[in-house]
Amino acid sequence: MTGISRIGVLRNGSAALALCLAAPSMALAAETEITVGMTLEPPNLDPTAAAAAAIDEVVYANIFEGLTRIGPDGSVLPGLAESWEISDDGLTYVFTLHEGVTFHDGSAMDSEDVKFSIERALAEDSTNAQKALFAAIASVEATAPTTVTITLSAPTGSFLFNMGWGDAVIVAPETAADNATNPVGTGPFKFSNRIEGDSVEIVRNPDYWGEPVALEKATFKFISDPNAAMAAMLAGDVDAFPNFPAPESLPQFEANPEFTVVVGSTEGETILSTNNKQPPFDQLEVRRAMAHAIDRQAIVDGAMFGYGTPIGSHFAPHHPAYVDLTGEYPYDPDLARQMLADAGYPDGFTTTLKLPPPPYARRGGEIVAAQLREVGIEVEISNLEWTQWLEEVFGGKDFGLSIVSHTEPMDIGIYARDDYYFQYDDPEFDAIIEELDVTADESARADLLGRAQRKIAEDSVNGFLFQLAKTGVWNSKLQGLWANSPVQANDLTGVYWEE
Amino acid sequence: MAAYLLSRLASLAVTLVVASLVIFIVIEVVPGDPAAFMLGLNAAPDTVAALRAQLGLDAPAPARYVAWVTGLLSGDFGISYTYRVPVADLIGDRLWVSLPLTLYALALSCLIAFPVGILAAARRGGPADAAVMGATQIGIAVPNFWFAMLLVLAFAVGLRWFSAGGFPGWEDGFWPAVKALTLPAIALALPQASILARVMRSSLIDTLHEDFMRTARAKGLTRWQALRRHALRNALIPVLTIIGLQFSFLLAGAIIIENVFFLPGLGRLAFQGIVQRDLIVVKSVVMLLVFAVITVTFLVDLAYAAADPRLRRRSGR
Repeated sequence: MTGISRIGVLRNGSAALALCLAAPSMALAAETEITVGMTLEPPNLDPTAAAAAAIDEVVYANIFEGLTRIGPDGSVLPGLAESWEISDDGLTYVFTLHEGVTFHDGSAMDSEDVKFSIERALAEDSTNAQKALFAAIASVEATAPTTVTITLSAPTGSFLFNMGWGDAVIVAPETAADNATNPVGTGPFKFSNRIEGDSVEIVRNPDYWGEPVALEKATFKFISDPNAAMAAMLAGDVDAFPNFPAPESLPQFEANPEFTVVVGSTEGETILSTNNKQPPFDQLEVRRAMAHAIDRQAIVDGAMFGYGTPIGSHFAPHHPAYVDLTGEYPYDPDLARQMLADAGYPDGFTTTLKLPPPPYARRGGEIVAAQLREVGIEVEISNLEWTQWLEEVFGGKDFGLSIVSHTEPMDIGIYARDDYYFQYDDPEFDAIIEELDVTADESARADLLGRAQRKIAEDSVNGFLFQLAKTGVWNSKLQGLWANSPVQANDLTGVYWEE
Repeated sequence: MAAYLLSRLASLAVTLVVASLVIFIVIEVVPGDPAAFMLGLNAAPDTVAALRAQLGLDAPAPARYVAWVTGLLSGDFGISYTYRVPVADLIGDRLWVSLPLTLYALALSCLIAFPVGILAAARRGGPADAAVMGATQIGIAVPNFWFAMLLVLAFAVGLRWFSAGGFPGWEDGFWPAVKALTLPAIALALPQASILARVMRSSLIDTLHEDFMRTARAKGLTRWQALRRHALRNALIPVLTIIGLQFSFLLAGAIIIENVFFLPGLGRLAFQGIVQRDLIVVKSVVMLLVFAVITVTFLVDLAYAAADPRLRRRSGR
């Protein structure tokens, strides 16, 4: 059963005969349409004005494009810029833009639009959720219609990667204000329709400057309930669920040849966030004792049904610069109790564990609490909504422990932000990140990233639990969906139906 | 009759004003900042402040209350913080799902409950009555979300007669939309019908014992004639009350069923609004529901009067 004949039934339920006659041509047409299921609904469709991953999951690479783009393996690929030159001091980037690029409203995309987009993100009243990506930019000059010169105040090794984020896409001055409801970009798909609470529909852009996409239409359907997601997949209402919300039912799909199950990796480092300024967590010995008290594999098995990779630091295992530190603090409750006693807590202590809504946090939290209780640490769990979590934990720093997946790619730099919610303040680590920021050479960067990973593992800043897995389920005939998510996106540019 | 109407209308207006105040104050004290929620973990504090200013969240509370109420009166519900579209449009779109779903479920519920309830009352103590009592007991006991999942498994996953959920919108025609609402309406109607049938039965049994029923039979009416002409009308008051309550419940309370069938209804809009702290949407949805409940209660009051002339005369005095 393909998605096609079902659509036929829905649209033409009144005339069975007509349906039968029309079926063959519809079956052909159906091979260029796809319905993608998503758990969270994007609040709006402007990736430059909100942090919600669901926005990027609809628009990134499909509707909007940036100067660079992130490939399926996390590498930086040319986007709207076909090439670039970097000055020897690493301060000046000259981007050469593709010729003949137009926005979906027909207007031409040139260097002035790039200048506008970046300056808009940098402006005083900017509401860009990732304003820090642009922090190093000193000036943007439209030197020629297809040439943009960006000058940085300090060399930034990750600059090209940063420009590939969904928050750095190029928008037009005329349409930027309305992108939330009517996104106008340069991508291979254009926005067609939205039913709030239900779906977003995008269609192929016939005037696309690059290689045209195989799909004619894609519909993103928002299904938050795991059981409903399961039923929608089984009934064929949805062709693909790139982030399937119910890992416990994956075996059922694996056993069915109609479906492909792909377990990949995300950029989500799931950590037991620890308030480094709140006693007793300000003592290194206590944090290290906790690291020994936690059995990561048990958490992956219990909370995530075995999907997820244990980590030993705040870094994605699939990245080339990854250092395996999972052996630093082997699970050893006796040692943990001993270390707590040495630190002055022979009877343990009581603390809070404030959990946001995702299942990894709620289910993982119960297991972490049980494991900590084993070594004498009494944990009071409170379940918070995201907004409460942001206010109490993230903003107010009023917490002992929390569990959060940090899903931004390459975000080890947050440990250099001294006022960040877990309040790790270490000049040596700050120096590593400062040096990393001004290093462009790949091997030197890998070396620095290795040092950074080791440093926070040594200091046991947070409990490093596991890398969140991306569990995707889709129709076996679908090709070209990403297995991993190096950026939070459903890049449909390479997706097609196999026959 | 006019005095009865006027007093009802006056209490309606007072309730609305009080409700608007309560809703506004409750939502004021709810912790959580919509701007911080939207910008996530990496946003700088000044970016959050810029967004707060843009959303108009930095004005003092009394000014915002006045702006909200005057907006409501002129039909301008404001702009949703997260969706960035007018709240009135959002609610309007959702009403086109929730209202038809509610009416559909209510119609199904009445269609099942009336004949079943009447039959059970007329055959009181017989096997038909026992069967009805047993079936309705199960209907009340079965959780409707579970029943909904069974419906999906049977008719969407198994037989593929219906899609597992979602709503195509009314633009694609009347029948596809009705079809999409059918399984949810059945899931919603089952427990409601069970309750309604039991109320119908017991209310009818009570009236069957009244003196006037014996008089009617003595005048030569058959059992069915007496039941139809005299008992039914008298038994209708509690049934109408239940129908009114059920309408209000279904309009807002279908959220679990909306989740199972991923329908874009009012309940889910309110829930999402609360989670995302899209408070302007929450305020308006709750206000609308209060308005709906009050209006339905008013209409039910009118229906009492229509069903029972004594009520009209009593308050007219």
